[in-house]
Amino acid sequence: MAFDYDKWIRPGKLPHIWCPGCGHGIVMKGLIRAIDTLKLEKENTAIVSGIGCASRLPGYMDCCTLHTAHGRAAAFATGVKMAKPEMNVILVGGDGDGTAIGGNHFIHACRRNIDMTYIIMNNYIYGMTGGQFSPATPTGHKASTTPYGNPDPNFDIAKLAIGAGATFVARGTAFHANQIDKLIAEAIQHKGFSVVEILDDCPTTYGRRNKYKSVIEMMNRLKEVAVPVKAAEKMTAEQLQGKVLTGVLYKEEKPHYTEEYAKVIERAQAAK
Amino acid sequence: MSKKVAFLQGNEAAAQGALYAGCNFFGGYPITPSTEVAEVMSIELPKVGGKFIQMEDEIGAMAAILGAALAGSKVMTSTSGPGLSLKQELIGYGCIAEIPCVIYNVMRGGPSTGMPTGPSQSDVMCAKWGTHGDHPAICLTPASVQETYEEVIRAFNLSEKYRTPVMVMPDEIVAHMRERIVFPEPGEIEVTPRKAPTVPPEQYKPYDTSFGDVPPLAAFGSGGYKFHVTGLNKMQDGFPTTKAEIVQAEEERQVRKVDANVDDIVQFEEYLLADAEVAVVAYGSTSRSARYAVNAAREQGIKAGMFRIKTFWPFPDKQIKALAARVKGFVVPEMNLGMCALEIERNAQGKAPILGIFRVDGEPINPDQILEKIKEVK
Repeated sequence: MAFDYDKWIRPGKLPHIWCPGCGHGIVMKGLIRAIDTLKLEKENTAIVSGIGCASRLPGYMDCCTLHTAHGRAAAFATGVKMAKPEMNVILVGGDGDGTAIGGNHFIHACRRNIDMTYIIMNNYIYGMTGGQFSPATPTGHKASTTPYGNPDPNFDIAKLAIGAGATFVARGTAFHANQIDKLIAEAIQHKGFSVVEILDDCPTTYGRRNKYKSVIEMMNRLKEVAVPVKAAEKMTAEQLQGKVLTGVLYKEEKPHYTEEYAKVIERAQAAK
Repeated sequence: MSKKVAFLQGNEAAAQGALYAGCNFFGGYPITPSTEVAEVMSIELPKVGGKFIQMEDEIGAMAAILGAALAGSKVMTSTSGPGLSLKQELIGYGCIAEIPCVIYNVMRGGPSTGMPTGPSQSDVMCAKWGTHGDHPAICLTPASVQETYEEVIRAFNLSEKYRTPVMVMPDEIVAHMRERIVFPEPGEIEVTPRKAPTVPPEQYKPYDTSFGDVPPLAAFGSGGYKFHVTGLNKMQDGFPTTKAEIVQAEEERQVRKVDANVDDIVQFEEYLLADAEVAVVAYGSTSRSARYAVNAAREQGIKAGMFRIKTFWPFPDKQIKALAARVKGFVVPEMNLGMCALEIERNAQGKAPILGIFRVDGEPINPDQILEKIKEVK
């Protein structure tokens, strides 16, 4: 029997706003399969986002959903999680929202290792505003504000998360749809701040400026550049040139923030 | 039984007032001259099972309290000038999404970094006009340590009653001076609870105006309520809309929450005003010098009085209009270049002259300066 996505979708809220060929819907379906597998309770699950195409995702989900301001998802979500540590808190958003205007909140959520899962849909572009370059746009690529090619070096979002202290970091792609739910499920189960970067495509504002003839071509590129971490172990540096590692890139067990704050409360009350 | 008394700083009293009001979440960021609030909250909140978090920046602190409020907490943040500028983005979010929260802002010299340790009253316009778009604004300006304590409690109450951000803005003098404070007994000052939904989760809408201009607010993770919150113009179910008639009605309702309840919100003190020919209008620490000056003027046979603003926003329009019709003139001392004076001018509509004493040099306005101006009113 086909998987019933509808039970997680808010009645009457589809169709979504995403363009034909956009990978965000694939990610949303992966998220739905993940939380369905984990049997999360809708009323005990908060989905928090910032601003942008990817950040419209919470509105479609039949959970406690919070569409915050540009870049602020991690900071709002931190408040939700601190107030209700028993809630599952999942953040979703894009590369510009999460790593430019929201970069500070992002790295500090990583550092605190607060038990939330952040799904970053990285399509290398600000889609909603019409295709301006983001911190994830590769050097040399074109955007509406880099008409002569992007002079900026780009972030490796997964590395940034690891460096900042996230204790679970994974990467998938919109092409590898069947892997997305598994990565997200493992991230949610992980105690601590988990980041799942999904390499995504934006045919409308990125693809057409960077000589992709079709969505299929963009998807094929995701297929070609992705190398599972296991397979990469057997490859030479030369072979890995231009490739992107996928799968669980980093995992570490460490005390997480709300657990540590519970100890603060214990110490304060013992000293009273 | 005698009441508990203490010798406290304004900022410490603010923290104690928040705790009395049931604050159980505080998001902060260090900034002079308000840091003591965060320090006291970091000590006291965990003792009562509350949560304190120092965020990565001022915006993050504001975001965290809004998130926590949606999860059912009673929340506060504290800051000063530059921090208030940064928080404006999300104060607007609190207004449109209608999230109860208290922003305690100690007024120091500005703009920008200005004079971090010097007093000022130059954030009062920022309290109303700082965030973009039309929105309700409530701002309280206490003048003593005791009043800071009480006004923080009132700020929590107003934020719950009207489901909107409320600011408490002492100037640096009030925030840092130490005075005797008498603590109320538990239950002595009324604490307003959040208006909880009366309908089951499946019928709940976060902006359901069939319950009036202030719809009940459920909490994430409590009672099975799940709903959507956005900073976009929204419909009653919380989802975005661009339908002209809905946006217009919702915007007007948000502002009406305050505009239609001015008499409930506005508090002030009238000191020797009944027969006054000169009305000194003052707020915060400046009102303390003004009281002294009014007394001195009375001793010299001048019929002076003081209208002390406790609620700066909504502005006491009605009272100032009435005064303008019967006094010979206003004297307005303030530690800015005439912000309150502008509001008085708007209300006086030329019926009474306004003599301002405006200081932005980081020094308090002393009684002699005010007395001299009182004498100038003809």
